[in-house]
Amino acid sequence: MQPIISIQGISKTYRPRGKVGAFQALKPIDLEIQNGEIFALLGPNGAGKTTLISIICGLVNATTGTVTVAGHDIVRDYRAVRRLIGLVPQELHTDAFETVWKTATHSRGLWGMPRNDAHIEKVLRDLTLWEKKDNRVMMLSGGMKRRLMIAKALAHEPKVLFLDEPTAGVDVELRQDMWNLVRSLRAGGVTVILTTHYIQEAEQMADRIGVINKGSLILVENKAALMHKLGRKQLNLRLHQKIETVPGSLAPYKLAIAADGMELVYVYDTEAEHSDITMLLQDLATAGIGFKDLVTKQSSLEEIFVGLVREQK
Amino acid sequence: MNFIAIQSIYKFEMSRWFRTVGQSILSPVISTSLYFVVFGAAIGSRFGESIGGDGGSTVSYGSFIVPGLIMLMLLTQSTANASFGIYFPKFTGTIYEIMSAPVSYLEIVAGYVGAAATKSILLGLIILVTANLFVPVHIVHPVWMILFLLLTAGTFSLLGFIIGIWADGFEKLQLVPMLIITPLTFLGGTFYAIEMLPPVWQKLALLNPVVYLVSGFRWSFYGISDVSIGLSLGMTLVFLGACLVIVARIFQTGYRLKQ
Repeated sequence: MQPIISIQGISKTYRPRGKVGAFQALKPIDLEIQNGEIFALLGPNGAGKTTLISIICGLVNATTGTVTVAGHDIVRDYRAVRRLIGLVPQELHTDAFETVWKTATHSRGLWGMPRNDAHIEKVLRDLTLWEKKDNRVMMLSGGMKRRLMIAKALAHEPKVLFLDEPTAGVDVELRQDMWNLVRSLRAGGVTVILTTHYIQEAEQMADRIGVINKGSLILVENKAALMHKLGRKQLNLRLHQKIETVPGSLAPYKLAIAADGMELVYVYDTEAEHSDITMLLQDLATAGIGFKDLVTKQSSLEEIFVGLVREQK
Repeated sequence: MNFIAIQSIYKFEMSRWFRTVGQSILSPVISTSLYFVVFGAAIGSRFGESIGGDGGSTVSYGSFIVPGLIMLMLLTQSTANASFGIYFPKFTGTIYEIMSAPVSYLEIVAGYVGAAATKSILLGLIILVTANLFVPVHIVHPVWMILFLLLTAGTFSLLGFIIGIWADGFEKLQLVPMLIITPLTFLGGTFYAIEMLPPVWQKLALLNPVVYLVSGFRWSFYGISDVSIGLSLGMTLVFLGACLVIVARIFQTGYRLKQ
């Protein structure tokens, strides 16, 4: 399958005017987004998520590298690229004095699309804004403004939708609505790229997850693969006596020695059909290794994430 | 060309104006009427003599200042409207949408500058009608009058657009109009003919670009001018060209728009 977005060597260095000290917000990044997937860019605040999507959407000039969207270069062929893209920024930027209906139709017009009231009505209804269509934007609540931003981005029927922190400051109910909306968009063939620092959000919605930190993309994986890692458990055995090496008879378990030889660590897959714990314990007894305590723990996506982020520091 | 986008920006800008159409029209009409009362009636009556026009015809001082007043309004309103029009989305952040839309810079400028120029032309015409209530006004060269109206409104709306992009605060938005445009307009022959000045000041006045605009515009009304009509038109086109070059440069570099 052809990727819909292909990012090659994109980097960004901000050079403040009249001040010394440049800041590299993005180190060269390569990434491909597949057509029709939901891709989550996961990372802490200031990791470079917004910079990356701002480059693709034409709000920020890249320092190096190229991006193509459906085969079109984002600089040379910006019209073709931008026609395909809808952007919902993180901040609530709205025309306070205009009505909901007017701002939504204006957005469609900016994209050069002929007037289509039926489409705008559908989008507003989908986002439960139809009742508010004649209200001025400043009369809307924060959650409604957020939905209006999405409605504006969907007004021109984009093929790729960027959602920058879509659920920041959004209540639980609206968050669920937002996730359902994203899934229905994907069902309609729209590729969705969302940035978030909520791991739960990435886990709930994404097909693939990219972890970004300090301007580097440190991991891109299928959510399934990450979940597989999640499905792994770790068994720590606290030993009676210190051991130097793992006896040969226990080699198949690939045990690791920890805590200066006072612990053995066994990583196993709970989703595997046969758990080997019983056999391991039997084999340990046979080898004459006694333990005084055992602890099992599950590695969460959060831990994987924190581990990755820490490794970088 | 994304004509729908130009139309969309234009309509959006015009609707912003029509929302406050009362104030938008009322305040220039009132201030122009005040100028007539103060300059036309109070000061003008002291002039005693009329100012000569084509073929020996003369115009009263009150009629003489009409083109200057329209020009004054055209310059200030064009810059104010256009600078605010582009500064406001920058201020509220809504500019992200225009910057990420499939529109060329030319189309953005056409939408914003077109709307700003339309507003100031409408105001100019309203002032023309208002002036007609106070003094007799006739237009000898209507085609030239329209041409100068369009060129001036377009040029100063472009200038306003540049100011709006450059400004990073509301104070700066006011700075250029207050410090440069208003003084140049007052000193540019709005209320007097350049020949009324002492010889040295006459020479200095020719360095003021507004002199050429007012002179050309007044010529289209009464056939009276401080400088030749060709020079007026030429200078107007030079300013227009200069503004276009600066706008093109702004978009090429993404100055104050893109990081």
